[in-house]
Amino acid sequence: MAGERPVAFVAERQIPPSPPPVRTGGALGWARDNLFSGIFNSVATLLSLAFVAYILAMVVPWLFLDSVWNASSLQGCREVDDGACLAVINERFMQFVFGFYPDDLRWRPVVAFVLLFVAIWPALFSSAPRKLLIFSALYPLLAYWLIWGGSLWGPVGVVVGPAIGWACVRFLPSLAGGRLDEGIASLAAVGTGILATALWWLFGVTAFEDALSAVLVIGLEPVESARLGGFLLSSIIGVSGIAGSLPIGIVLALGRQSNLILIKAVCVGFIEFIRGVPLITLLFVAWLLLSYFLPPGTEFDLILRVVIMVTAFASAYMAEVIRGGLAGLPRGQYEAADSLGLDYWKSMRLIILPQALKISIPGIVNTFIGLFKDTTLVIIIGLLDPVGLLQPIRADQNWNGIVWELYGFIALFFFIFCFAMSRYSMYLERNLDVGHR
Amino acid sequence: MSSTGQPPPEPFRVRQLLYDTRYRSYTIQIFALVVIMLAFAWAIDNAVRNLAALGKDIDFGFIFETSAYDINQHLLDYDSTSTHGRAALVGIINTILVAIMGCITATVIGIFAGVLRLSRNWVVARLMTVYIETVRNIPVLIWILFTVAIVNEALPGIRSFRGEDAMSGLLFDSVFITNRGFYIPAPVFEAGSAVVGAVLLLSLAAAWYFGRWARVRQAATGQILPVFRVRLAILTVPVLLAFFAMGSPISLELPALKGFNFKGGIYMRDSLIGLWLALSVYTGAFIAEIVRAGILAISKGQTEAAHALGLRPGRTMSLVVLPQALRVIVPPLISQFLNLTKNSSLAIAVGYMDATGTLGGITLNQTGREMECILLLMAFYLAASLTISGAMNAYNRRASLKER
Repeated sequence: MAGERPVAFVAERQIPPSPPPVRTGGALGWARDNLFSGIFNSVATLLSLAFVAYILAMVVPWLFLDSVWNASSLQGCREVDDGACLAVINERFMQFVFGFYPDDLRWRPVVAFVLLFVAIWPALFSSAPRKLLIFSALYPLLAYWLIWGGSLWGPVGVVVGPAIGWACVRFLPSLAGGRLDEGIASLAAVGTGILATALWWLFGVTAFEDALSAVLVIGLEPVESARLGGFLLSSIIGVSGIAGSLPIGIVLALGRQSNLILIKAVCVGFIEFIRGVPLITLLFVAWLLLSYFLPPGTEFDLILRVVIMVTAFASAYMAEVIRGGLAGLPRGQYEAADSLGLDYWKSMRLIILPQALKISIPGIVNTFIGLFKDTTLVIIIGLLDPVGLLQPIRADQNWNGIVWELYGFIALFFFIFCFAMSRYSMYLERNLDVGHR
Repeated sequence: MSSTGQPPPEPFRVRQLLYDTRYRSYTIQIFALVVIMLAFAWAIDNAVRNLAALGKDIDFGFIFETSAYDINQHLLDYDSTSTHGRAALVGIINTILVAIMGCITATVIGIFAGVLRLSRNWVVARLMTVYIETVRNIPVLIWILFTVAIVNEALPGIRSFRGEDAMSGLLFDSVFITNRGFYIPAPVFEAGSAVVGAVLLLSLAAAWYFGRWARVRQAATGQILPVFRVRLAILTVPVLLAFFAMGSPISLELPALKGFNFKGGIYMRDSLIGLWLALSVYTGAFIAEIVRAGILAISKGQTEAAHALGLRPGRTMSLVVLPQALRVIVPPLISQFLNLTKNSSLAIAVGYMDATGTLGGITLNQTGREMECILLLMAFYLAASLTISGAMNAYNRRASLKER
């Protein structure tokens, strides 16, 4: 066998590669598959594209190409160009952020805002030092003091209350010295502690503040509530509502699941009542009625009253979300906790709640988002959140006639915050979803 | 068997109240009851003392007093000499009107957007995602104000429908969209329309009865009747016959420009339009997500199993997929309807006179009776919510899967 003749069935040359099928290759194939697979689909695609192009053609030149950033009035804007008159946002930006908060004191809310992140750090990340939780617990008072100002001794006096209560719980049982049954003694100590704290808050704080202020004056310049506004106000109401509604919601949800008929009835009544009425009526209550139910002559800040009602409102919704999580757990989990011999609080804290809260994260964050959006309703009772600031600006002679720029700006603000929150919840869901569900 | 006898009864000791689970729950509940009663007593005592200090009392007599204010949209007879009670009723009817209109359009928008978001068409699906995410993340109050601003600022004024180069209305000059609101044709009922209405009611009853009869017959004999076509015939033919037999007693009255404004037809004012559209678009985005979740919740195996049994696609949808998807969709859908109704109270921000605007707004300001007005307002919303959620619970009990 000489090598001059090749074997008949072995190819000498490589066959040139054939082109890929038209339908699957490249962007065109994808477009044909996904966008133009039928007459109906093609029409829908073209209509959508036309709609997007129409909107973009309207908004892009107006917002980016022809917009005016520097002018002192709407006429000034129009003299420069006929696009969006963003000069109004440029001029009023600080008002949108702080309301009518005094210019030279604006560093105080800023500091409070920055410290907020320190305070929520241990709540968001488990790697944070645990000692920071003490700071988180003290943060509300610190923020209150920074934003509203006044004597430092007021907030300190408020902190002293729980300290007294803790001292009662810690030292009273040993004072009883075995004369009482141990459990009854500790229960009595807890009761005394709560009572002492409440009494201190009701009667002691003012005297404490006055006495110490007479000795040493430490304080910030007070700022009235009426001067708070803008995004600062939204954030105050939103953050305190969020911080308050989660624990109260958990308690309400547990109460609703409880075997104790009276506790259950109270929780169901509260939740259904709050969920049955619009937030506006609750804000009316905060505005007009709440002071009727407090001792005569009580001076009580409107923003604080609104925070209380908004928290109550969000708590009821939070309770329903968490109840869903509790009901979503298999019964076996409850039975397993019982069979381990854990008492009610331990089984809730160690077994049930960690799982139930994990399931309810999307709902919890949705409630947060809803709460934050609902802070805009306070304009109806006359507080000046960003939406409330629109009316004075539109009534201003210089800016009379501006509509879309202002609404767009406020909408963008809320969109950024709410969208970020919803993305964070998706991230959490993915991160916590370890293996099973 | 010898009975061992009862264990000797232990003497009751105080510490059992704390340690014995038989008694502990009572201890806790009685303690909680005392605390709650004390808190209520304290609040009520404060309220009584505060009211006494202001020289006020609790008195609902203002309901029967003359209201002395006008309401720009009233579906009942109402003027400023009517009572506060009637003003509240007008407001409640306005709330119900905008709530029903909003629920219908929100459902349509929601189903449309929810289905399209699952479309394989990338552009359409993205567009719906953008719609849903944008709308859901911006407060409804801003949407309401924004929509009213669009109606007032961007729509043509009434002036543009007058003069030489006048715009003509939509749908053969019968609907006029202006910056003051929409003008649409109004039905006019003349003598004889009662007969048409009665015939309509009778044919509704007949159609319902026929459906039931067909179902019973199918269960008994296995024969499937053409229910839809027969029902359509029952519903349309007699009514049309009655309509023409009575000499067309129902006609449309078109709005027409007279002087500076439109006369005739139905006037839907700007605040109603803005509120209605904003609530629909806002709630529609939430409903879209519910619809999407409902569709995704039905596994593909269900459809395939139905096909394997030999069911045609239409029956697969109506007998297998829809009943299961509706079980997932309906409860959150109803709670969205409730949310829409409660959000309609934001009407007060745009001057639409709903229950909050009359009872919680002008009546409250004029009479100065905050306690009574807000109580009545809350009672109205609470009654509406509880009625709807009661109906929803009844549906849930009927439709829910029976498991352990």
